[in-house]
Amino acid sequence: MNNKFFNIGSKVKNLGALIVLFVMLMVLSIVSPVFLTVSNIRNVIVQVAVIAVIAEGTTFVCLTGGIDLSVGAVLGVAGVLAAGVMRNTGNTTLAVLTCLGVAVLFGICSGVLIAYGNVAPFVSTLGLMSIARGIAFIYTHGKPISNFPDSFRFMGAGDIGGVPVMIYIVIVSYAIMYIVQQKTPFGRITYAIGSNEEATRLTGIDTKKYKVIIYTVAGFLTGIASLMYVGRINSGHPNSGTGYELDAIAAVVIGGTSLSGGKGSVLGTIVGALIMGVIKNGLNLLNVDTYYQNVVIGTVIILAVLFDRNSKNTNK
Amino acid sequence: MKKIVMVSMILTLISGLVFAKGWGNKSSKTKKNSSSLVFGYAVQDLGNQYWVKAADGVKAQCKAKGITCMVMNANTDPATELSNVENMIEKKVNAILLSPWDSDSGATAVKAANKAGIPVFVLDIGVTSGDYVSLIISDNKKGGEMAGEYMASLLPSGAEVAHITCQLGYVQPALRGTGFTEAATAAGLKIVAKQPADSQRAMGMDVMQNLLQAHPDIAGVFCENDEMALGAVEAVAAAGKEGKISIIGFDGNDDAAKAVQNGRLAADVAQQPYQMGVMGVDAACDYLQGKPVEKTTFVPVKLIKK
Repeated sequence: MNNKFFNIGSKVKNLGALIVLFVMLMVLSIVSPVFLTVSNIRNVIVQVAVIAVIAEGTTFVCLTGGIDLSVGAVLGVAGVLAAGVMRNTGNTTLAVLTCLGVAVLFGICSGVLIAYGNVAPFVSTLGLMSIARGIAFIYTHGKPISNFPDSFRFMGAGDIGGVPVMIYIVIVSYAIMYIVQQKTPFGRITYAIGSNEEATRLTGIDTKKYKVIIYTVAGFLTGIASLMYVGRINSGHPNSGTGYELDAIAAVVIGGTSLSGGKGSVLGTIVGALIMGVIKNGLNLLNVDTYYQNVVIGTVIILAVLFDRNSKNTNK
Repeated sequence: MKKIVMVSMILTLISGLVFAKGWGNKSSKTKKNSSSLVFGYAVQDLGNQYWVKAADGVKAQCKAKGITCMVMNANTDPATELSNVENMIEKKVNAILLSPWDSDSGATAVKAANKAGIPVFVLDIGVTSGDYVSLIISDNKKGGEMAGEYMASLLPSGAEVAHITCQLGYVQPALRGTGFTEAATAAGLKIVAKQPADSQRAMGMDVMQNLLQAHPDIAGVFCENDEMALGAVEAVAAAGKEGKISIIGFDGNDDAAKAVQNGRLAADVAQQPYQMGVMGVDAACDYLQGKPVEKTTFVPVKLIKK
C-alpha cells in the first residue's frame, strides 16, 4: 500500500491551510488590538472546540469517502436525553453514559445502514439526522431542559489550572486520533478504504466491519462534543447543533481532507476549524455583520475544494 | 494552478478582512477615549423581523448619542450567543444588551458578563438567573388588558369568548393572558375555554377548530401571539364564520397588521421592538451616568384597529 505517498500528499495541503491561518492571525493582530491576547485566543479555541471534536469523527468518515450529515442532530438528541436523565435522576454518571450511548447508537445505525444496507452515506445520515432531530423535539416538547450541577457541566464549563477543560479535550482527542490515524492498522485501513475500497476488500480486510466502527467512533466523538455543548450553555435544547454538521464538514474540507476519500489528516481538520473560528471571532471583534462572515467562510470553503481538486489532478 | 488558487485564497481572506473592517463601524479605528462608549447588543436571531427592528432601534439610539454599537447575531444558537457575549467582554464594552434565545441559556451569558463586571440590560424574553440591571420588555399585562377591554367594546355583555395561550410555562405571554382575563371578566365577557397552541399557526388553527366544535356560540377569541391568531383566522374562515367572530392577536407582526387592515383580525396588540431597542440604550446610558434605573422597564404596546 502506498502509505508514504498519501501521507506526503496530505502534508502538503496541511501546509497550505497552516499558512492561511498564520496570515490571518497576523492581519487580525494588526487590525484589532484585542485579538492576539491570551484571553481572546482562549475564547477562540473554546468557541471552536465543539465543532473541532465533531470534525475529528467527520474526518475519519470523509477519509473513507463517506459523509455524516447527522452529527448536528445527534449532538442535539444526545444532549437533551442526557439532560433529561440528569434532571430526573440527579445521577451525573448515568447522564453522561446516556449522552455517549445515544450518540454511539446513532453512529452504529449509520455504519450498519451504509456498510451492510448499502444505503449511500448521504442518504443514511440525512435520514438519521431527521429522526434524531424529531426525537429531540418529541422528548422535550420543544422546551429546553436546563440548570445542571457542576459535575455534569464539567466538560463544557469546568477548568483545570485555569485552562478550560474543553481545550484539554480538544488537545487530547486530537493527539489520540492523530496517533490512530498514523500509527495503527485501523488508521491505515481507513485510508485504504477511502482510496480503493474494492481493492482493500480483496486483500481480505472486512471493510464493512471497519466502516461500522468508523461511524461508531464518529458517533462517540459527537457524544463528547454534546457533553461539552450542554455543559457550556447549561441547557439541553432540542435545537442544539443545527447546522453543525456543515461546520464540521467545512473544517474538514478547509483542512485539506478530500471528500472523495483516501487523503487528508485530522491535523488539517483542527487547522480548518481554527481558521473558521478565527474568521468568526476576528470579524466579531471588528464589529462586522454576521452575514459578511458567512460570505468569507463560504468563499474559503470553495477555494479549499478547488485547491483539493487541483492537487488530485496533478497527483494523477 | 495550485499556487494561484492558494494565493487567491489568502488574498480573499486578507481583502475580506480589510474591506470588512472598512464596512464595519468606523469608530473601531479610533482609540477608545474616556468620552466614547461602546455598547454590545447580542441578539438571538436577525432572521426575524422583530429582532431586526429591535436592533435598528439600538443602533439608531446609539448613533444619536454618539455611542459605538456592536450588534452580534446568535442565529438561534445559544452557544453562538455565549461566544458573542464573550467577545464583547473581550472588547471591554461598557454595557451589554441581550435578547437571549431562551431565558435559561441567556442566564449563562449574563453570568459571564457579571464575572467581568459589565452591566447587562435584557431586551425581552427575560433570564431565569444572573444579575441584570434592567429588563426592558413590553408591558404584556397592559397589552392583554387593552385586548380584553377592546373585545368587550365589540361584543354584548355576557358574550362567550375563548383564550388561546402560548406554551405552558412561558411567563411573559402568560401575563398577556392574565391581563386579558381580568379585563374581559370585569367587562362582563364569559371566558368559556382556555387552550395552548404553542405559539404556532398550524396548531392555532387546529385548536380553534376544536373550540368551535365544543363551543359553537363563541363570539370572540384572544390569542397570546399573532401566529396563533392567524391560525385561528383560517379555522374560522374554514368553518364559514368569517366576520362573525372577533379575533385579537398579540405581537404586531406584518402579517397580522395586514389581517387587521382587511378585517380578518378585529385588532392586534402591537409590541414596539424598535422602541424597546431605543429604551434599552437609554437605560444603559442612565445607569452609566449614575441615574436610577428601574429593574423592569416597560415598553408601551399599541392596539392596532382597522
